[in-house]
Amino acid sequence: MRSLRLTAAAAFLAIMTGGALGESTLRIGLAEDPDVLDPTLARTYVGRIVFASLCDKLFDIDEKLNIVPQLALDHAASADGKVVTIRLRPNVKFHDGEAFDAAAAKYSLERHLNMAGSFRKPEIATVDHVEVVDPLTITIVLKAPYAPLIAQLTDRAGMMVSPKAAQAAGDRFGLRPVCAGPYKFVERVQQDRIVVEKFADYWNKDAVAIDRIVYLPIVDSTVRLANLKSGGLDLIERLLATDIKDVRADPRLKLSTALELGYQGIDINVDNGAAANNPLGANAKVRQALYYAIDRQALNQVVFDGEFVPGNQWVSPEHPYFQKSFPVPARDLAKAKALMKEAGMSTPFDVDFMVPKGEETQAVAEVIQAMAAEIGINMKIRVTEFATSLKQAEAGEYQAYLLAWSGRTDPDGNLYIFHKCRAPQDYPGYCNAQADKLLDEGRTLSDMAQRKAVYEKLTKIILEDIPKLYLYHRLVLIAHTTRLEGYRQLPDGLVRVVGLKLK
Amino acid sequence: MVDTTEQELLRLALPIESADSPRARAIRALLLRKAAVFGLLLIMLFTGLALLAPLIAPYDPTAQSWANVRKAPSLAHWFGTDEVGRDVLSRLLYGARASLMAGGISIAIALSIGAPLGMVAGYLGGFVDALLSRLTDAMLAIPFLILAIALAAFLGPSLGNAMIAIGVSTAPIFVRLTRAQVMTVKVEDYVEGARAVGNPRWRIAVVHILPNIVPALLVQATLSIAAAIIAEASLSFLGLGQQPPAPSWGSMLNSAQRFLASAPWLAIWPGIAIFLTVLSFNLVGDGLRDALDPRRR
Amino acid sequence: MLTFFGKRLLQLLPTLLFVSLIIFLLQHLLPGDPALVMAGEEKDPQVIAQIRAQYHLDQPIPIQYLYWLNGVVHGDLGESLRIKQPVLDLVLEKLPVTAQLATIAMLIALVIGIGAGVVSAVKKGSAWDYGANAFALWGISTPNFWLGIMLIFLFSVRLGWLPASGYVSLFEDWRTSLASTIMPAFVLGNAIAAILMRHTRSAMLTVLDSDYVRTARAKGLPERTVILKHAMRNALTPVITLGALEFGTLLSGAVLTEQIFSIPGFGKLIVDAVFNRDYAVVQGVVLVTATIYIVLNLLADIAYVLVNPRLRT
Repeated sequence: MRSLRLTAAAAFLAIMTGGALGESTLRIGLAEDPDVLDPTLARTYVGRIVFASLCDKLFDIDEKLNIVPQLALDHAASADGKVVTIRLRPNVKFHDGEAFDAAAAKYSLERHLNMAGSFRKPEIATVDHVEVVDPLTITIVLKAPYAPLIAQLTDRAGMMVSPKAAQAAGDRFGLRPVCAGPYKFVERVQQDRIVVEKFADYWNKDAVAIDRIVYLPIVDSTVRLANLKSGGLDLIERLLATDIKDVRADPRLKLSTALELGYQGIDINVDNGAAANNPLGANAKVRQALYYAIDRQALNQVVFDGEFVPGNQWVSPEHPYFQKSFPVPARDLAKAKALMKEAGMSTPFDVDFMVPKGEETQAVAEVIQAMAAEIGINMKIRVTEFATSLKQAEAGEYQAYLLAWSGRTDPDGNLYIFHKCRAPQDYPGYCNAQADKLLDEGRTLSDMAQRKAVYEKLTKIILEDIPKLYLYHRLVLIAHTTRLEGYRQLPDGLVRVVGLKLK
Repeated sequence: MVDTTEQELLRLALPIESADSPRARAIRALLLRKAAVFGLLLIMLFTGLALLAPLIAPYDPTAQSWANVRKAPSLAHWFGTDEVGRDVLSRLLYGARASLMAGGISIAIALSIGAPLGMVAGYLGGFVDALLSRLTDAMLAIPFLILAIALAAFLGPSLGNAMIAIGVSTAPIFVRLTRAQVMTVKVEDYVEGARAVGNPRWRIAVVHILPNIVPALLVQATLSIAAAIIAEASLSFLGLGQQPPAPSWGSMLNSAQRFLASAPWLAIWPGIAIFLTVLSFNLVGDGLRDALDPRRR
Repeated sequence: MLTFFGKRLLQLLPTLLFVSLIIFLLQHLLPGDPALVMAGEEKDPQVIAQIRAQYHLDQPIPIQYLYWLNGVVHGDLGESLRIKQPVLDLVLEKLPVTAQLATIAMLIALVIGIGAGVVSAVKKGSAWDYGANAFALWGISTPNFWLGIMLIFLFSVRLGWLPASGYVSLFEDWRTSLASTIMPAFVLGNAIAAILMRHTRSAMLTVLDSDYVRTARAKGLPERTVILKHAMRNALTPVITLGALEFGTLLSGAVLTEQIFSIPGFGKLIVDAVFNRDYAVVQGVVLVTATIYIVLNLLADIAYVLVNPRLRT
């Protein structure tokens, strides 16, 4: 009797105090509210952070950007590169109990390819169809050899969804996603929180120690950090560079960083409509002058306390594909002025500088404006809200456009759609036949040395024409409580939740 | 938004009849109020500072100094430096121009749209009145800031467009106020008399009605300028107002937000500046209201 | 009386129609569209065209408006293009949040505003009067987003007493709920408190000078009874109606305050939807908040007219 009462009391206590007696909750602060939680229809960067706990992919990457198995074990390409065979992991279940097999993989991939409104389509556009070989093997048949394919399968295009749930829900799948990740969906209140809890039948369940994760979108960085410091959050993403000092000084907090896969730069309208008719857009020498007039180190120091990494290519200086023969230049005002003189433009002249709203973008723009002014270029800053800037970039209604790209594992993901003539993200309207040839060649080669050689020729062209002025690369900045153990940051910015412990 | 209810407005609409000139009495009553005088002096001070900014600002407000980023207030920089090394005091002085202009011009726009429409609605009555009133009600039912944001986003980001957006969003208040005033005044004896004598409608409106509703409009205008200054700060705070590098108090607050812990002076000074300016307009507006309302003590 | 009520009710419909028209036009005049915003980083012109067709975005604006109107008449406010959730669900989800914030803000406003107003009227000319006036002016002169930032800085960052953001329902955990609501509610409430204070003061001054109160005093009633029982009851009615109006404004969403304190209410919802070009959300939510505002307006006017029949126009 007494032991029964004790047990009851203990149970009561456990229910009342929840976290104190065993159920651990990890509270993660996001910089914005994710869009729809459907891997096929999602597009936001923060959405991928939430997916990291919900939806496992065929492959994943490690810190060195190597491909590692997740729901798939390995991959092999045919001699002509057009057929890729993938072996799947056995004994994997979806959150609804359905088994993960070749049929499910085929369904998921074809959903990404064919569903109305799918944003994954352009990522795997070269896929012709998928075949089931046996319950644990599929082959992907491509229209043309495509080296970045596996890298794409380490992101949303490789996320597997339960066919039963997806078929039942259609495009409402995002309201209650059912995948095969370490956590399953519990609830979502838009702009307030997303709650997921441990999936008991996860294939790697021994590595999952935390019971629940709550994602809380908090737009203001200062407030996000304040919450972390006060203990209201356990981990936050997108810490501001200027707050790093604060986090380092706090003994209860830890900083986790990785150099991003993407870049920050300026698009220059060279041939996208009438606005391109200005001294900067019309003359490569003027663009080169700007290239040398910008002091990337000073920019980094002033706006980011020197924490980020200056760059001049679409991959960071630490990336294996960075071309060392074209190092990041220091400021060379003399050379810039000489180039301006060679170009023969009368100075000063105005340039319409479109800058998307953001916490730090305005400061970056103002510093660049000051630097450009020294060689006679008047960048007239126009802070534009995001939706408008997208529209105007596409329509060519700008002359310079400060933009960021979050980056893809494969360097082709940072290149092709930007520099190929009239590709979807070729806002500058840049068309260079030679560059196009090199871009096409680069994505068919699978040997890294060969690809790098091709891209070296491409780099030379891009650094002469400068349709895009690459400026710097951000650090993925994650701050978390020291109670969280086992956290490692990868360059893709995702918050991986496997292998974490909360004290 | 400082908003007065319909009933309040009707109370103000009592015609001012007296022996000596109502204007003289009003001015005297106004000056008797110390608070209002204080407010007036503050406005004059800020306007003076704004006008004289090029002469008294210690630095160029757009001159960046990359070695002096986010320095605390010191002898060299009385109010400190901002995130790209510009002098905060100089930016405050030049920012006064943007903020004061935003206040004045927005309300001028609001008045020039709202008062004529209100007069038309109040004087003509009938279907025109019904239509205008429904339209005004509709605009007032939409949250002011949403309206202003949508308008500013549509017009494009700039201080001028922000002023237009605020002006258009504030106009309904003046439509309502003017209409209420006109409706009360138009049934007064002297107006009836003017009509009986055969004056054309426009003349009655301008000569007889308008002078009697000006006091109420003036009070509301003063109070609305205060609100407009805050509105400009709000829009700039959201990135829709003054474009960099030109300063405005609101955009300074916007940039200051992420440095609250490390450089709080960046947020404190512009906030105080806005507060003092808005306060002074409120004091003057209150003083005017008290001076012009014969029933108040 | 009934005709007055009926007339005002009839005016509701055209007003709401105008509201929906104005906001519809404004949104669609903004450059860019939700398909583009949704596409964001990855852009396939085919996919974008598909989305546009699916949501009638490629139709002329009047046709799109009619589609929307048709939906409203059938109780369908459309859905958020961004996360595919029906707008009606979103409204029902956010209503308690904004209502909680608005109610607590209003309570603060009433307590502080009416209290200060009564005190300053009764102790007219004294330091109390001066102080209350100063407070009132401070309340309406401070930009509320600046006040919010300063409060966060003081109470969350420096002192660590209160959470800097977020929302917890009162029914879930009232302690955390109050802790996270008190700052934003104060920011919103103090501006209204200031307005209420001035109106209470002037109403009280008028009442305190009236025959009614003079009679009560002559009867020998204690001053406190005179004030609390007789004066206040008469003075407060116009003030309460004003309060109802301000409450309506609060319900429309405290846009900036919610943004700063990360409160998932109407204000934040609308602003984000405007910037994301999530048309249906803005349409639906503005319609709902406008309706609430107009109805509260109507109730306030009715109450005021009931008290003061001379003002029926």
